Amino acid sequence: MSQVNQVKNGARFIKDIPHRESHDRCLWNARMRRDQTAQAIPEWEEMRDLASQIKEHTLSHLDHYLEEFEKNATANGIHIHWAETPEEHNEIIYQLLKQHNVTTATTGKSMTMDECDLRGYVEKRGMYIHEADLGECIQQLDNQMPDHIVVPAIHKLRQDVATLFAKKLGSDPDITDPHYLNGVMRAYMRKKYEKIEAGLCGVNFAIAETGGICVCSNEGDVDISQVVPPLLIASMGIEKVIPTLQGVALYVRLLSRSALGLDITQYTTHIHHPQPGQEMHIVILDNGRSKRLGSPDYWQVLKCIRCGACMNTCPVFRRTSGLSYEAVYMGPIGCVLMPSYDLHRYARLPYSCTHCGSCGDVCPVKVPIPELIFYWRGVDVDKHQSEKVHDAEETAAELMLRSSKTLAMGENMALWGLRNLPQWLLDSGLNPWADVHANPEPPKETFREYYRRNYKKIEFMNKTTDLHGFLSLNL
Amino acid sequence: MKVGFFVPCYIDALHPQAAISSYQLLKRFPELDVEFIERAACCALPLTDMGYHKKACTLERNLVPLLAPYDAIVLPSGVCTDQFRGHFDSVEQTDEVKHIREHTYDIVEFLHDVLKVKSLPWHPKFPARVALHNGCHSLRYLMMARPTELMIPHFDKAADLLGMVEGCEVGYATRRDECCGFGGTFAIWDAPCAGQQGLDKVSDYARNGFKHVVSQDFSCLMHQSGVARKNGLDLKFYYIAEILNGDAQP
Repeated sequence: MSQVNQVKNGARFIKDIPHRESHDRCLWNARMRRDQTAQAIPEWEEMRDLASQIKEHTLSHLDHYLEEFEKNATANGIHIHWAETPEEHNEIIYQLLKQHNVTTATTGKSMTMDECDLRGYVEKRGMYIHEADLGECIQQLDNQMPDHIVVPAIHKLRQDVATLFAKKLGSDPDITDPHYLNGVMRAYMRKKYEKIEAGLCGVNFAIAETGGICVCSNEGDVDISQVVPPLLIASMGIEKVIPTLQGVALYVRLLSRSALGLDITQYTTHIHHPQPGQEMHIVILDNGRSKRLGSPDYWQVLKCIRCGACMNTCPVFRRTSGLSYEAVYMGPIGCVLMPSYDLHRYARLPYSCTHCGSCGDVCPVKVPIPELIFYWRGVDVDKHQSEKVHDAEETAAELMLRSSKTLAMGENMALWGLRNLPQWLLDSGLNPWADVHANPEPPKETFREYYRRNYKKIEFMNKTTDLHGFLSLNL
Repeated sequence: MKVGFFVPCYIDALHPQAAISSYQLLKRFPELDVEFIERAACCALPLTDMGYHKKACTLERNLVPLLAPYDAIVLPSGVCTDQFRGHFDSVEQTDEVKHIREHTYDIVEFLHDVLKVKSLPWHPKFPARVALHNGCHSLRYLMMARPTELMIPHFDKAADLLGMVEGCEVGYATRRDECCGFGGTFAIWDAPCAGQQGLDKVSDYARNGFKHVVSQDFSCLMHQSGVARKNGLDLKFYYIAEILNGDAQP
């Protein structure tokens, strides 16, 4: 697949003023609400430390906790499956659906299923999975990837949704009232629920000591998918396991506050057994995770609890949209996660970052995203996947920056240009700075020149005078 | 105390006044023996930023003998200070390198934390309302102020120092610590996004009625002033030492 050009995609979204402004405003508001709710908890920073430590502990003993989880879940009557690759994950679920003669199923947001493109896999084989989450459903109807892992259609304006629903569901294109649009979606989904033969869902936390799962959602759709159909299949990455039920409380307190600034998700559902008459399966996915776990530079990325706080705060993400990353995981966490899935396709994502560091500070489990960005840029360079132009630029930069003499030469050349070249040339495409900036006004002299003119001689004189004095005293 | 004064390349060439004011400011303290490290070149930030760790290594190695002799190395730039403290790791971590990393300060930190300055006896004046922009590196990596993301007690070292300037009233943009989009090479590679971030930032000052912007990171201001002038906004930008040393007037 071709390399994603996030800069080019983002530039298109930036030019679309109404969408960009709405995207930026909605997500910034989520960040502000997060600040407010977090501020109300005196032990917030301690909670982040603890949440990070529990994850680090669990990841360091992951084999133990996964086996404990499997043992206890099996004892609860839940079937556990292990999938190393997306193909295995999809095939396990497909076979389960086939065995139960399922043609339609609903799913309440699952990141691992998106990661494996389960929907695409089963659709090719004649089954249909309906996204039941409002945002996900909008994106599915529009045949578009989610814009954000928590709020998948946040890049759309009300009018976009009204137009889409009118086209796909026959509603009134001129009514943009959210209550109306919500009603349209609800009526549509209810009909699907009547017929579903299987429910799919993701997992927020898998509890080793109890063998149950906890799923956090806001719309109730996940619960319907879990409870109504005779077959329930949950999908999770190996990193979702935590040791104790008590630990869930800590993460639940952090998750929704970080994500949307809400004290808690509307629905926090614990499932420890299948419903009477129901069959329940959990597919546990690796897909490169154990490899990441083995990397001393990179394993901390597995602490992520998928709250999306890093996206809300990222100044680049808010202005360029999640779609511009063309990835299942977008924004800051996407920049450091996607290259581990496909280093060629996502090689440029780690450069879509100003290093402001905000993502690291909002992360409820302290994933060191800013450091990982540096790490991936280094990996990218080592793999020589950078464009040749950049190689040339950096070699030239190194030659200029290596000593004060070459540096002064370079600075003087640039200043000569600023002082003497015609304005049209300075503002042309040859100077990338002039795209969005007025050129700097060149100063009369550099600091080095100023220093030499005003201080160097005097300091030298002082030192020699001291020497004379010293010598004369000794004589 | 023997202080080495390091001047970042962008300040040397494009805003030497930041270095002049900082140098003169440091010279005011009789307990300091201040020396401009004339032979020092670049802190290697642009190369580290790009992922060129091997090339960064050459630059870092060249710097070590020049910086090591000083008790403290002071820079008029938060972002370059963070490069030394946080990312000077392409080169072998010898005792000399560790000494450099532990004794490099941005001038605001140096005045606030090392010299513990409580007043400015040369009585600088700046009778105006100024927007203080805490650059991201100064803020989140060097912790010169409380980033709004962290739920810790409020502090702001640059604001403390500006509070000692007569008439200077410190305020902030509405999105006070959102990144302005400079990001070093980012501003060139991702010009559309950097430009939009910059425009949002300078518009925020203008909406709040600010005419003067001050920061301890002139790198951010170089970007912001370029965007402001391109968009015809009437804003003046100052490096913090220009005000602290009494060189700038509103």
